[in-house]
Amino acid sequence: MSVVYVVLPLALLIAAVAVGAFAWAAKRGQFDDLETPAHRMLHDDDPIEQPDSKQSDSENPKTS
Amino acid sequence: MEVSCTHCSLPVPRGLIEEGANEQFCCAGCRTVYETLQGAGLQRFYELSEQTNDAPPRQASTSGRGFTEFDHEDFLARYVDSNEEGFSQATLYLEGVHCAACVWLVEKLPTIVPGVLEARLDIGRAIVTLSWRTDQVALSVIARTLDRLGYPPHPLQDGEEQQQRRKEARAALLRIGVAGALAGNVMGIAFALYGGYLQGMEQNLRDFFRWSAMLLTLVSLLWPGRVFFRGAWASLRTRTPHMDLPIAIGIGAGFFGGAWHTITGTGEVYFESVAVLVFLLLVGRHVQSKQQRRAYEAMELLHALTPGTARRNTGSGFEEVPILSLQKGDQVEVRGAETAPADGTVVEGESSFDMAVLSGETRPIAVQQGGRVFAGTLNLGARVVLEVDSTGADSRVGRLLQLVEQHAKRPAAIVRVADRISGVFTVVVLLLAAITGLWWSQSGPDQALENAIALLIVACPCALGLATPLAVVAAVGRAARSGILVKGGDALERLASPGILVLDKTGTLTQGAVSVVQWHGESKLQAAVAALEEHASHPFAGALVEFGQSQAAALESAAVAEPQSSYTTSISTASGAALTHPIQVEDVEAIPGKGVRGKVNGQLLCIGAPAWIAEQGADLPPEWITQVLDRALSPVAILQTDSRGQITAIAMAGIGDAIQPDAPRVVAELQEVGWQLQIMSGDHPQVVAAVAAKLGMEKEHSHGGLSPEQKLAAIEELRAQQSQASHSLPVLMVGDGWNDAAALAAADVGIAVHGSAEASLAAADVFLSAPGLGGVAGLLEGAKRTVRVIRRNLAVSLAYNGIGVALAMTGVLNPLLAAVLMPVSSLTVVSVAWRSRTFT
Repeated sequence: MSVVYVVLPLALLIAAVAVGAFAWAAKRGQFDDLETPAHRMLHDDDPIEQPDSKQSDSENPKTS
Repeated sequence: MEVSCTHCSLPVPRGLIEEGANEQFCCAGCRTVYETLQGAGLQRFYELSEQTNDAPPRQASTSGRGFTEFDHEDFLARYVDSNEEGFSQATLYLEGVHCAACVWLVEKLPTIVPGVLEARLDIGRAIVTLSWRTDQVALSVIARTLDRLGYPPHPLQDGEEQQQRRKEARAALLRIGVAGALAGNVMGIAFALYGGYLQGMEQNLRDFFRWSAMLLTLVSLLWPGRVFFRGAWASLRTRTPHMDLPIAIGIGAGFFGGAWHTITGTGEVYFESVAVLVFLLLVGRHVQSKQQRRAYEAMELLHALTPGTARRNTGSGFEEVPILSLQKGDQVEVRGAETAPADGTVVEGESSFDMAVLSGETRPIAVQQGGRVFAGTLNLGARVVLEVDSTGADSRVGRLLQLVEQHAKRPAAIVRVADRISGVFTVVVLLLAAITGLWWSQSGPDQALENAIALLIVACPCALGLATPLAVVAAVGRAARSGILVKGGDALERLASPGILVLDKTGTLTQGAVSVVQWHGESKLQAAVAALEEHASHPFAGALVEFGQSQAAALESAAVAEPQSSYTTSISTASGAALTHPIQVEDVEAIPGKGVRGKVNGQLLCIGAPAWIAEQGADLPPEWITQVLDRALSPVAILQTDSRGQITAIAMAGIGDAIQPDAPRVVAELQEVGWQLQIMSGDHPQVVAAVAAKLGMEKEHSHGGLSPEQKLAAIEELRAQQSQASHSLPVLMVGDGWNDAAALAAADVGIAVHGSAEASLAAADVFLSAPGLGGVAGLLEGAKRTVRVIRRNLAVSLAYNGIGVALAMTGVLNPLLAAVLMPVSSLTVVSVAWRSRTFT
């Protein structure tokens, strides 16, 4: 049973990583709007023709 | 025959029906949106809104403004983030956002307006985040497009307060996540320990599990659970009992009891119940604060909706300035279809204003030099220049908004009651725990501690803390899906039992816009009337022009010129022929108090009061007037004479605000289940009395001619009367989110039935997205069911707590059992709260 002494801390470490990821997402505002994404995912029907789109993604002014 | 609007599916007013046309529109807004969508190839919007099973598109309210102030440098400096490479970003609040198809449409903006890079809509708050290339498109162009799509935009600046609140919300979410992860892991360890009880476990392994659980629980208390200790400390310092106090003592005692047993290697540990408790209580708290946040945001939006700029006379011309810099004595220009930026006196020009914001009166009010115009009222006619006398918070609408704010901030009665109950609850639980501890201290300190902790854990007020807010949130969510937006849960409770229901007339019982509802006599006069009225400025002119033009358009497009059954004469082919020629209008003359007179295509046309027309020898059939007055409409008579003074045609139009089709049914239903109905309106008392009579309501309960301030006073008086009565009834107000705002806020529950949803929710507790009274009955029924669910939950959980406390005091319940029972009972009430059918 001594393996438990290794496995439990390991499990907690994994949990800590998950909490860290959640904290990062929450701080970035990923959970600010929980309603719209549910609708939005249904709408991606036709690709939007837009020459600038690639550029814009990287250069948009960022909001906090 | 009922025709529904191609865009929003609402019935089209008779005057606007176009014979033979495929598309029918209830208003200019819907037509603009439809045409814009067709032009941009976005017809899929209608498919989507059908597919998503949501409400059909709302009646569109395009403002038709130029939005030029959006390009002013002051505006850009204040609301827009720009970087050097020519990219800009701004957040705008959009009116009229309500469904999944709206998300699709707004986010299609980059394909409609070249230069827009991205549009992201937050449907819950109706806020769009736009980014665009400054060198390719101006913000005013984007704003105009949004407006034409039916979403008039308003600038929105993230205030410090809002950022602070968002930060707090994120912190709360993080606390929940951490508490949840810790609770899950502690629970897992606890299961291992449970297994150890049954099968036996090595001493070392057991201690290892216990120490691990203790460390994790310690983290849970020190990080997410800190809020309870902080609350408990504040409660002690201010000497006001608060729910945080027993919670803090409970989780604190649970932890320290467990820690003692862990360190000494004796007794039981209850870390899992402590950790789970922290998690569940945080969830309940987050759900509650989300509701409150919505109320605050609505309040801020109300301010965002008042116009932000004005055009001031600089001596050499008019210059756009932010409204904040306006001062008393400034001269400002208000063009047609614009809102007045401040209260003032007309010094130049004449026009008519829609004062519905303040008076609730549907009829446009004519203003001339020297007349008063108020901030927030809409200019329906030509350009005027105002001399400003009061601005901002001092203006009439500003003072009204302050009243709204005062009333909205007043804590709801139910909140105060809940606070008192939880205060009493706190004291009782603490006393009982102390008594239990003292009693059992005869059997040793260990026994005393165990039983006291068991009591504290089992008495955790889960129904008060979690089940009630969850039941409310579930009901509010269901209501929103059926088009009823509810701001706070406490409103539902007050809607559950019959009380006094005060109804506004305009827009609530009636459709809210003046139109020609009846036409008697020669219909070939319609086009001539419209042509003449275009030169007139009296209040009904607009309705007559619109009616005549829509009839003319219908005639032109109609392949079959079927006479409409409600007309007393058929449409002759002669009038159709006349329409193809331009109509000549000469010698227009307005006769004050009587009407207007002019030559149309050589024939003299008089339009005005029936008495005046009768004076000139016309023989108006009396049944025309009776029919018009029966429907609570205003009669306008028309007389045509030829060059020799011979009468060639007579007609009469019944103009007014038509009663909502569902109003009589709903009024009867509500009266049947015991609601006392009253009407309070800013409209003319006679009109109000006629509407009341038509709906079968008592005459003494219909009040007309009330200003918003008087309505507020009347509502307050009603509430004062009720609070003195032995059996006090709640006072509900159903009205317009704008001009009844103060009265809505003052009522026990304010229900707004039209206007912009977010702005209405600033003052009202409930917003019904469908026009008319239809939603009111559904709302009251749903509220009744919600309150029933809450009561049942409270009863179940109080019974559970009572039994649990009794068992703990008698020493039957040990902390471990209490810790198992606690989440089981919580989950029961929570799932009942979540799944119950409240609003359908």
